[in-house]
Amino acid sequence: MRPLMYALSGVFTAAALFSAPVSAADLRVALSTEPTSIDPHYHNLSPNNALATHIFGSLIEQGPTQELQPGLALSWKPIKDDTWEFKLRQGVKFQDGSPFTADDVVFTINRAGNVPDSPSSFGIYTKPVKEMKVIDDHTVHFITDGPYPLLPNDLSGIRIISRKNAEGATTADFNSGKAAVGAGPYKLVSFTPGQSIILEANPTYWGEKPQFDKVIFRPVTNPAARVAALLSGDVDLVDGVPTADIAQLKKNPAVSLDDAVSNRIIYLHIDSDRDVTPHVTAKDGKEIKNPFKDVRVRKAISMAINRQAIVDRVMEGLAIPAGQLLPKGFFGVSPNIQVPKYDPEAAKKLLAEAGYKDGFKLTIHGPNDRYINDAQIVQAIAQMLSRIGIDTAVDTMPRSTFFGRASKLEFSLMLVGWGSGTGEASSPLKSLLATYDKAAGMGPSNRGRYSNKEFDETLAKALVTVDDAAREKLLQKATEIAMADVGLIPLHYEVSTWATRKGFKYEGRSDQGTQAMGVSIVK
Amino acid sequence: MSVFILRRLMQSLVLLCVMTVIVFAGIYAIGNPIDILISADASQEEYDRAVRALGLDLPLWEQYFVFLGNLAQGDLGKSFVFNEPALQLVLSRLPATLELAFAAMLISITVGIPLGMWAGLRPDGIAGRSIMAGSILGFSLPNFWQGLMLIMIFAVFLQWLPAGGRGPTASFLGMESTLFSAEGWSHLILPALNLALFKTSLVIRLTRAGVRETLLLDYVKFARAKGLSTGRVIFVHVFKNILIPLVTVIGLELGSVIAFAVVTETIFAWPGIGKLIIDSIFVLDRPVIVAYLIVIVLMFIVINLVVDILYSVLDPRVRLADMKS
Repeated sequence: MRPLMYALSGVFTAAALFSAPVSAADLRVALSTEPTSIDPHYHNLSPNNALATHIFGSLIEQGPTQELQPGLALSWKPIKDDTWEFKLRQGVKFQDGSPFTADDVVFTINRAGNVPDSPSSFGIYTKPVKEMKVIDDHTVHFITDGPYPLLPNDLSGIRIISRKNAEGATTADFNSGKAAVGAGPYKLVSFTPGQSIILEANPTYWGEKPQFDKVIFRPVTNPAARVAALLSGDVDLVDGVPTADIAQLKKNPAVSLDDAVSNRIIYLHIDSDRDVTPHVTAKDGKEIKNPFKDVRVRKAISMAINRQAIVDRVMEGLAIPAGQLLPKGFFGVSPNIQVPKYDPEAAKKLLAEAGYKDGFKLTIHGPNDRYINDAQIVQAIAQMLSRIGIDTAVDTMPRSTFFGRASKLEFSLMLVGWGSGTGEASSPLKSLLATYDKAAGMGPSNRGRYSNKEFDETLAKALVTVDDAAREKLLQKATEIAMADVGLIPLHYEVSTWATRKGFKYEGRSDQGTQAMGVSIVK
Repeated sequence: MSVFILRRLMQSLVLLCVMTVIVFAGIYAIGNPIDILISADASQEEYDRAVRALGLDLPLWEQYFVFLGNLAQGDLGKSFVFNEPALQLVLSRLPATLELAFAAMLISITVGIPLGMWAGLRPDGIAGRSIMAGSILGFSLPNFWQGLMLIMIFAVFLQWLPAGGRGPTASFLGMESTLFSAEGWSHLILPALNLALFKTSLVIRLTRAGVRETLLLDYVKFARAKGLSTGRVIFVHVFKNILIPLVTVIGLELGSVIAFAVVTETIFAWPGIGKLIIDSIFVLDRPVIVAYLIVIVLMFIVINLVVDILYSVLDPRVRLADMKS
């Protein structure tokens, strides 16, 4: 035993001696989800986009609540119904010293939607651009098919790469660092999948000087391990703090918590279209007509859900009860919509009015590894629905099965979430509530196949109104129509939480992204 | 012996084929990876494009034959998620898992065999009894809980060791590994211990049982009667004979440590193949799953072969040609 003990203590001392000293200007981050690539146009996925923001700049950047800010473009305005003019920032250099010009913008937009084998392409953002005209080195005109007010929002999702370094480059060339030359605040040092992503400050960055000399991201997918890494001082910042640990972390003086309301709404989608829906039967198991076609039944379900209780008990306070699709402060949110009041008695009455005095039998579906505490939310809702006489069973499954089945319309009532990538209301309205139309690209995630003519018309008008104030009015009206008609049942907005070691602070982001640019050093 | 090896190889080929068919059908039955990978606001047109890009629009049998065709040229396809060759991805993660597995096996052998022999020779002593009680704990405590406890104790409270991740590598004799750097070891020791606890208990119990059994055999009594020293009886006559079951089990366990270190790798954020496979399964990254399984199946085949050969070396009565593999 003796020699073994000596050997072990030797290792411990050696470890203490050799662990590299970490200077105050380094930042170590544990990420809950690993970016899959450095290529900013390979996979439209939030961890990838958050990472790409460090290395590459965008024409227009999104602030902490996704408000649009000048980035590589100084200003942008529509000059004709179908033309946007972008003025580019002068004197910006890429990380290799080459100048940034309009040509790089054209090159980027042409590449972004055409990366081979992309599992989720950026084509959705570049498709509205029909043609680009380079006026001079720092002016570009984007020509769209008719009026397209959302172009600035769409382009804020595209990171600019340099033609000189990325012409003909593959995704692998970006991962190796060869083509990963951007104009962002940090440079890529190395990308080792599963292990680490190392960045260093870009001394020639056009904006505010980067806070840290070196940033090290490490994927730590297990939530308990992530918290342990923070407590042991291995990392300075973690995202996706598990709700169960929040109370304990709050008491810890060595840790500070930062949270931010996200743009993600958790909601129930309802099959309000088919005459017979697969998971609803009478209490004796006989087939019945789809009760969800009746707006009174949809309303009753919404009223039977105690949103505050879900927020308090299931979400440990880390959510905000929702009455529409985006939280207060986002573009297109209606001030006239209240969170539906919890009232099981009134819900029962409404059910009786609709002819379901004895209720019916229902199975509610949801994922169990996608949203914060998703399976528990579904269970809580099932109990609340049982209370108004709807015998509700629960079926939750991994997302690998859930989303495919949901898109094949195999469910009647399902829990889903939606994060608005553009940071305004047209994104959820168009994807979740517009009448499903494959050719027009409307309602791609309308898994309840909700359809309302008045709503469709209002939304269509909003989507081509370039004037911001008029468009916001139309979006608010569309939201009001769909919510009054209970096109879907909003539950809550997720609040995302970050935890930092003492000495650091994180400014949370509504897009749930983790960026070194949001970290500040506090004394 | 060459007939034996040839027969083994033929069987392995059949095994690989059956395995790939099962994986293909299984993943197809679970769902479509595009449903998980694609951005939620993608239009149907964009969805169809992505499905075509990954070749998922073809009927299953056709996808399988495309796969077989590429396999014949040594190409296992590209990962849906990383857009990198799947085999390369698996092999790039293999060193991390191998060093973890070897460190764990090293611990379990160097700790397990001496303790097991002690417990076998002095079954009624306090030490012997404590060792056995300890091995029951090692067996029955859940792996992930052990891991979290190790992190809590050594990383959070004592702050002696890092809570996870893999340390920097250093090279030695042309090999790159964290085994050759002190900081590398400081990262390795907790996950290796976590992985080794169960195996150590197994080795302790096997060794003890072997020793107890062998001590009663005639040749041991004879050796003693002949007046050989206790040391020679134990270390030559007893030890050699308990090695046969030990080698078999340790060999197989080495395979399972490499293939199924998933829990440990997840808790300690160890960038090995266990973590890769679990992440890939979550997003149905079929090329990586297939490549991983091919590598693992091949590894088990080789380990079994080596174990059988070692067997014949340790026990001269066993002849490989007679074995019905």
